[in-house]
Amino acid sequence: MKGLKLYAILYLIFLYAPIFLLPLFAFNSSTIIAFPLQSFTTQWFSALADIPEMHKAVLNSLRIAATSAVLATSFGIFAAMASTRYRFPAQKGLMGFIMLPLVLPEIIVAVSLLVVIVNAGFSTGAWSVIAGHTLICTPFAIAILQSAFASLDPALEEAAFDLGETPASTFRLVTLPLVMPGIISALLISFTISMDEFIIAFFLTGADPTLPVYLFSMLRFPKLLPAVMALGTLLVLASVVLLTIAEYFRRRGIKRAGAKDTGGFL
Amino acid sequence: MTQISTANRVKPTKPLIEMRDISKHYGDYHALCGITLDIHEGEFFSLLGPSGCGKTTLLRVIAGFEGIDSGAVLISHQDMARVPANKRPTNMVFQSYAIFPHLSVAQNVGFGLRKSTMSKAQKEAAVAEALEMVGLKGYGARAAHALSGGQRQRVALARALILKPKVLLLDEPLSALDRKMREQMQVELIRLQRQVGITFILVTHDQEEALVMSDRIAVMFEGEIAQCDDPEILYRRPKSKRVADFIGVMNFLPATLHSHAGTIIADVAGLGEAEIAADQCPAGIPEGDALVGFRPETLTLLYDGQTATQREAAGVISEVVYYGDMTYYDVTLVGVSKPVRISMRNVFGRDVLAVGDATRVSWSAGALVVFP
Ligand SMILES: Nc1ncnc2c1ncn2[C@@H]1O[C@H](COP(=O)(O)OP(=O)(O)OP(=O)(O)O)[C@@H](O)[C@H]1O
Ligand SMILES: [Mg+2]
Repeated sequence: MKGLKLYAILYLIFLYAPIFLLPLFAFNSSTIIAFPLQSFTTQWFSALADIPEMHKAVLNSLRIAATSAVLATSFGIFAAMASTRYRFPAQKGLMGFIMLPLVLPEIIVAVSLLVVIVNAGFSTGAWSVIAGHTLICTPFAIAILQSAFASLDPALEEAAFDLGETPASTFRLVTLPLVMPGIISALLISFTISMDEFIIAFFLTGADPTLPVYLFSMLRFPKLLPAVMALGTLLVLASVVLLTIAEYFRRRGIKRAGAKDTGGFL
Repeated sequence: MTQISTANRVKPTKPLIEMRDISKHYGDYHALCGITLDIHEGEFFSLLGPSGCGKTTLLRVIAGFEGIDSGAVLISHQDMARVPANKRPTNMVFQSYAIFPHLSVAQNVGFGLRKSTMSKAQKEAAVAEALEMVGLKGYGARAAHALSGGQRQRVALARALILKPKVLLLDEPLSALDRKMREQMQVELIRLQRQVGITFILVTHDQEEALVMSDRIAVMFEGEIAQCDDPEILYRRPKSKRVADFIGVMNFLPATLHSHAGTIIADVAGLGEAEIAADQCPAGIPEGDALVGFRPETLTLLYDGQTATQREAAGVISEVVYYGDMTYYDVTLVGVSKPVRISMRNVFGRDVLAVGDATRVSWSAGALVVFP
């Protein structure tokens, strides 16, 4: 029992130590990332305001992540509906094929996309990163949405159709509200994956770097490192807020549907 | 048991739904094999059969949720082949009730009115009326998921009836309820059907439920209709051994048939000879070995001093099952190894007989049905 407890504590430290170190150094006045800590400061946070390239990278990343998330989730909805609502030949094989990017090394996706784009005579840019991110996010969106659609009783859609609605209005009035928690989850997960993603962005981003690519390039300048820590702190905060919102919607969805709560992030 | 007599009702005869030789396959599986059936206006009709016989499939064909390979469905003499479910004059109460969990009770019930030209006030009045009809007055503001099973079913009924369909389709609507609730809802459904005058088609695998509620019953086995008749005929004159076995309890005894001066005579093991009328056996039944069936209540045990008003046979009681109001006796008739079951209403002042007692049995030829 004691051993297990120790294991759990070590495990948690291993998981969260890096995240707790971020704010520690973000508020530390020394430019060197090392112990002992010196005095408390918020100067690194105010310094963030003076790095326009970073602002550009953040905005670029937000745009790419939002677009990729919407695209991946839309594709995910179609694929999830196709796999749970219809029966067609080679369905299993086709679904497996769509899920393939889940296990494909990102470096392979990145290099092959680059080769295709360059050979086709296009130049890389935000659009090509969006294409790559949509590709890798879609399987996650499908996996989440598939379970949302599968847990929806098909009789509900039939009942709406039976009561005179068209397939389109049935989708809007019944299907969409009931799978909404799944859609929000898919959007948030895709958004997070795209925000984080480095390899594809590194190869395909062209002249405007995304935030991870920009941060990577900044590591060469130790002077800027505390500012990176400050940015990291803000990003962690944003993730926590995002996850909390997602969880709030998920729970509200379950409560409204009157189902029993199983799983969830928080 | 709650029993409402359906015997003295005016039997409607105008066909509302006509099914012509319907066939349907699921892959290689033949789910419906040549169903031909008329369902009349204002009728309470039941599709009865064991699990997997195709009842739900047939109901969904009528609703327009399933296509058919061949044949035709007509509603009010109009071919439904190109009419999708949302344009058919039918509404359905689903087995799972399919209550929209994200809507209130009133929103659920009023769902079908979304496209109607009624004013908001008229719609609200219609919803209130529908809720009152199913005994849920004042429940409109409740969240749909905060309802009991019986209440959900009432909401599903109100929701399906608010559009005043020509046909209401019900797929095992009572199977999820406990016994007491089920019996109460049976009576309420009959009352509701009389009140609105809409044709009800009920799918059930419970023969008692079908007998209690229906004007007519179609018994289905393996995608085919074995017999379609009113409950009394179905019970008294089943056309095949399988139907007889499925509905209620039926005793079977071996018999030999021969015809004598134009009438068929059955020599029934343990009972004796009986004249068989034309409606008691299939037309053109061959002479020779046959099977004779009779219901437990058509035989009467004779007590000391009683004389048979009909024919008489002798036997020994081999089992007694006491039910309070009734007692079931298994009686081994002379010369027959398998006992027959006889049900007797318990009368005050008369003893229940015991196992091993010798007894005499009164029976009448008219109660027999003959199967080849
Ligand atoms: N979508 C489907 N695909 C393949 N086979 C099906 C499908 N729906 C029904 N079947 C098969 O068709 C047969 C009839 O099914 P149906 O649902 O009509 O039975 P049922 O009489 O309603 O039975 P139950 O009382 O169990 O509801 C069953 O053997 C079933 O396995
Ligand atoms: Mg069924």
